[in-house]
Amino acid sequence: MIETVKKPYSYSFENFAKQDQNILCLSGDLTSSCEVDGFRDRYPNQFLSMGMAEQNMMSFAGGLGLAGFRPFVHTFAVFAYRRPYDQLLASIAYPRRKVRIMGFLPGITTPAGMTHQAIEDIAIMRTIPNMTVLETGDATEVENICNVADSIDGPVYCRILRGNVPRLFSTPMKIGEIRVLNKGTDLLVVTSGISTEEALRARTAIKNIGISIQHIHLHTIKPINKALLLSHIEKVKYGVITMENHLINGGTGSLIADIIAENGIAKKLVKLGLNDTFAHGGSKAYLLKYYQLDAYALVKSIEKLMNLKTGINEDNLDKVRIEDVHSLAKEEAL
Amino acid sequence: MKNKKSSEEVALGVRRRVFEHSIINNGGYLSQACSSAEQLSWLYNEELNLGDSILPMTPKDFDGVPSINNKNYITGAGYNGPSKPELDRLIIAPAHYALVAYATLIEVGRMAPEALDMFNKDGSSVEIIGAEHSPGMEMHNGTLGIGLSTGAGLAMGRKIKGEKGEVCVFMSDGELQEGQIWEALQASVHHGIDNLWGIMDVNSQQVDGAMSDVMDVGDIEKKINSFGALAIEVDAHDINAMKEARKEKHEGCPLIILARSSPYQGMSYLKKRFPRLHYVRFNSEEERKEMNLKISNELEIEPIQY
Repeated sequence: MIETVKKPYSYSFENFAKQDQNILCLSGDLTSSCEVDGFRDRYPNQFLSMGMAEQNMMSFAGGLGLAGFRPFVHTFAVFAYRRPYDQLLASIAYPRRKVRIMGFLPGITTPAGMTHQAIEDIAIMRTIPNMTVLETGDATEVENICNVADSIDGPVYCRILRGNVPRLFSTPMKIGEIRVLNKGTDLLVVTSGISTEEALRARTAIKNIGISIQHIHLHTIKPINKALLLSHIEKVKYGVITMENHLINGGTGSLIADIIAENGIAKKLVKLGLNDTFAHGGSKAYLLKYYQLDAYALVKSIEKLMNLKTGINEDNLDKVRIEDVHSLAKEEAL
Repeated sequence: MKNKKSSEEVALGVRRRVFEHSIINNGGYLSQACSSAEQLSWLYNEELNLGDSILPMTPKDFDGVPSINNKNYITGAGYNGPSKPELDRLIIAPAHYALVAYATLIEVGRMAPEALDMFNKDGSSVEIIGAEHSPGMEMHNGTLGIGLSTGAGLAMGRKIKGEKGEVCVFMSDGELQEGQIWEALQASVHHGIDNLWGIMDVNSQQVDGAMSDVMDVGDIEKKINSFGALAIEVDAHDINAMKEARKEKHEGCPLIILARSSPYQGMSYLKKRFPRLHYVRFNSEEERKEMNLKISNELEIEPIQY
């Protein structure tokens, strides 16, 4: 059974931010939803309520950056770029302000449907010059994210997990590092964010039938170490499977595709993710299954790529970690 | 550096320079010089507490955009003096007023007259739409409506730090059509940002024509005051009136001076071009000649040789 940690962002941000008066906590009317309500109450002088006005919030944060502050902007991931994209570019990315954008509920981790689901954020953020893009996949990474993001000389976008978050890793997150979760020679599996936990559900079943998987986890989406990724791709015999909580266009799958093409590697690539589709609202477990983003979809992709039948069915996989919709670790059902 | 000339003299010099430039270059942002010359002249010549320019009289060429690898990158803010706690900061929100702003920098002795020859030339930092690296600019504002928010953030930061210098945002009325301006006013009032003030060139014009036809913004003094900021309307060509408005106390909120201007002040000939005044390009060689004669006469200079 995987250990889960309750609200790791809440205490991690507080412990990090309280030590430095040049860090300001901004919130777009999602203070408890982004787990910074405790910080607001205990450190009101470092907190700025920006209301439901993201365009102003982004340019305002740019102005604070110009004044020498390092604003941590808290909102749902989707609200950090869709409406205020122009402001994000002109006021933050171009002038390289040290603004740390903390995007909560990335991808289909929210039941609130299209308007709330950031499914193209990585595609957009990683194409913006000067932007660094990070994604958390477990409680340890959420605990480290403030420190890592704040070490960047420029703007940073982070996908943050909230509520009950599984602990998968015991070593701290280091910028640019690639976590190797399993060593193998048949296939390379590249996961990020919540897809890593999902892929791990299939680990035992795949191992039992003798397929050798090289499994890596990406928390630094930009900048990437292309040479290091290439060495992982070159190591395996059959090909690569990427799995991401995002559209398959423009995310980590596309990033790997670039490396394969740039180096003329004759290996197949299967990209798992939202396949040129919007999603609808529902529980995470339901959506992962519905959009073929779960451990079983990974097994089916292995079969396709290696042209074999594994005999693995859904009962052979580790159990899905179900999060209670009305969990006390979440402020609201959203 | 201050007050070698009166602000009225600076304003006349600004109109002459922008006019000369536009005649030679077959067009330009003439009406913006007409409407805002007194505002920018007053800001640079009298009102703002700025240090001496720290950048060369002749602007350096474009030297790359900000990036982790561009170690020598600087903005154009140094023409407004150094950024020190006790000094004011100026944000020019409508970046297409750049030509007028450059002419003002020249008239107040912060930049060499030759800088205008570099205007809109490839490889130059004296860009047609003021960029972050253009003289007198500290950030990109070419996308209208974002300047006041940035100014509010900067002012909030300076307030937290206890800096004495204030933040002034030069704005235009067309920007009021963007929702972000109202978000910025809302946030500035909510957070009591009173080391922030703005002066808005209310020339009632936009690209497509008169704002009343394109998208009427209504009673803006009333609207801004309803948002809890202090708006005061004055004649944009009366420097004493702007000075008086600036003296008004605005505790806990920003002051916005609405400078009601004429887009052909000092160049009456431009009335003929109403309502297309945003960028004046000559319709014919005859018009160019006639405009040259009529406007140079009004500005009391010899017709421009081109």
